[in-house]
Amino acid sequence: MINSLHPSLILFAGALILPLLRGNIRKAALVLAPVLGFINLLFLEPGAGMPLAYMGFELEFLRVDKLSLLFGYLFHIAAFLGAIYAMQVKDRVQLVAALLYAGSAVGVVFAGDLLTLFAFWELLALTSVFLIWARRSETSLASGIRYLLMHVSSGLLVLAGAALQYEQTGTLAFEQMTLEGLGAWLIFLGFGIKCAFPLLHTWLVDSYPEATPAGTVFLSSFTTKAAVYALARGFPGTDELVVIGTIMAMFPIFFAVIENDLRKVLGYSMINQIGFMVVGIGIGTPLAINGAVAHAFNDVIFKGLLFMTMGAVLLRTGRIKGTELGGLYKSMPITAGFCMVGAASISAFPLFSGFVSKSMVMAAAGLEGHQWVWLFLLFASAGVFHHAGIKIPFFAFFAHDSGIRTKEAPKSMLVAMGLAAFICVFNGSFPAFLYSLMPFPVDYVPYTLTHVVAQTQLLFFSALAFTSLMLLRIYPPELRSTNLDFDWFYRMGGRLIYRGSDLILNTFNSAIFEVFLPVLVGTLRRFFREAPSHIVAGVLMPIWMIQSKSRNEIEQKKQDLYEKARLGAFPIGLTACLAVLLLGILFLF
Amino acid sequence: MMKNKEPQQWHDYDDGLVLLPDDGKKHFFDHRKNVRKIIRILFLSCAFLFLFDIVFIFEHKHLSFAEGEFPIEGWFGFYGVYGFVACVLLVLLAKHVMRTLLMRKEDYYDQ
Repeated sequence: MINSLHPSLILFAGALILPLLRGNIRKAALVLAPVLGFINLLFLEPGAGMPLAYMGFELEFLRVDKLSLLFGYLFHIAAFLGAIYAMQVKDRVQLVAALLYAGSAVGVVFAGDLLTLFAFWELLALTSVFLIWARRSETSLASGIRYLLMHVSSGLLVLAGAALQYEQTGTLAFEQMTLEGLGAWLIFLGFGIKCAFPLLHTWLVDSYPEATPAGTVFLSSFTTKAAVYALARGFPGTDELVVIGTIMAMFPIFFAVIENDLRKVLGYSMINQIGFMVVGIGIGTPLAINGAVAHAFNDVIFKGLLFMTMGAVLLRTGRIKGTELGGLYKSMPITAGFCMVGAASISAFPLFSGFVSKSMVMAAAGLEGHQWVWLFLLFASAGVFHHAGIKIPFFAFFAHDSGIRTKEAPKSMLVAMGLAAFICVFNGSFPAFLYSLMPFPVDYVPYTLTHVVAQTQLLFFSALAFTSLMLLRIYPPELRSTNLDFDWFYRMGGRLIYRGSDLILNTFNSAIFEVFLPVLVGTLRRFFREAPSHIVAGVLMPIWMIQSKSRNEIEQKKQDLYEKARLGAFPIGLTACLAVLLLGILFLF
Repeated sequence: MMKNKEPQQWHDYDDGLVLLPDDGKKHFFDHRKNVRKIIRILFLSCAFLFLFDIVFIFEHKHLSFAEGEFPIEGWFGFYGVYGFVACVLLVLLAKHVMRTLLMRKEDYYDQ
């Protein structure tokens, strides 16, 4: 018995009526849509479903269990916070795209079969790209196209994989899979693109810094977390994920240290955080899955908060590069404070949200005896504090004074940031509520003396390292630069192909042009113009010789003949005669 | 091309971009004294936290790993030293290796 709507519908409906509304009513509708969606969600009971037979396939639009419900709640909270943040945005494209995008993400987590999953999966890509294009700059347009290419391919991989799975197993149900056979691998890869697996991650750091201030807040909430959900649903306990996740946690922190664009730094730190979740899913024990999912929940909130603060800085100052900012705590003290709450949460300080979720993954890695993984994750934990925890607030709000004076962020943005900051502190201080939503029962206790002390030591000594390196002037200064990442291969590789094909095809083209036009066409032209007269002259020459004309006379006759041929001035009788002759020859043979 | 780019005006926001003149007020971190105070507090907290491990000589330490499997984790000052070394390594590698290999001009992709 279903006594509520499909959860995506309310968000979609909100998106549809939004363009018709104006002023305060539109603002209210924008914020109300996620609220109504959330209330609707509360009436959903685990086990509910909306099965549909379509073209012989058994589809399931609504699979409700603890895992999908948790992500459903999360996406509604994220949409709600984002909506408040974006309340004063006038650009309707962004607002409509944002609600459609949130609805698609909700659709993904409730999809019970691979075909429905694919449909919402592609909708995620198609709706979110408008948040990038809404910046309306040349770079954002190009970046959006690259983003779309990656994401549409991700969807196609899922579709191809689903088709192969169907052929093999005879069912489209989206359940736990093992990495056997091409179908499962394709789906895995499709999930991997959206999840920003190493080498497939470039779309994230390429496009998120290009979107509008509010756009990036939405972007950071849905796509990657929907992929984390899909992995947790489809591939828990897959060993490959442990390795992939560890690499994801490690490599971005190096990029983050040298990156100048602060929203790009957050992009890298996002991959680093997803790395922890992917490791958790790969380990696959109840504790690890709980950790991955809890961390996904917290990450949406604190990463959203950090993107909100950076978005406010970008909105107010028009700048987002570390080299151009600094000293903003003077004009934007409240934003600076919220940024530090986000920084403390992502760094997993005790009492902040990261502390109660990231440690579950670490603990699971330890319990399963993954020593190297554990050491790398610990390295990454120190690293994330270093670049996201310190670097972001430091270079934006403190560091050397850039001389920029501006206004505090708009009120609606401050409210959104405040709510996000509250959730960060609430989840960190009272983890029991978050734990009660977990797919598996939780008996993990984050607040032990050892854990609190160890984590505080780790973080304080990381801060000590930062301070010492700063004081000793070893810390690399922010530099205006582009740092190459794997997208070089398709951005410059694309150019290489372009230049290569330019070289090969255009050389070929011009060679053909040179051979064909003057030589071939010229020869043919001369042949058709002059051949008839030459042939006639050849035939007549013996006759003239027999008439024993002098050399000069023959030469004169020949010139007359050529002239007549050039002008087409042969007597009609002669032409008719030749034609009859030709027909006669044709008739005889 | 990118270097002297004007700050972006927002087409979708009324009073998005606000740039004001400096009012000349002195703020908290404009005083060297305050900066030094913060740094001193940090150094003292680190010393305190490092020595706090003495407690675990008497108190049982809850390790992540099973008993005896990975004793390094329980060493005196492990987390502090590891955090410090990790960050220094991270910065040095990023500064010397990554920047050398991967850094290009800001308008690299626009050329």
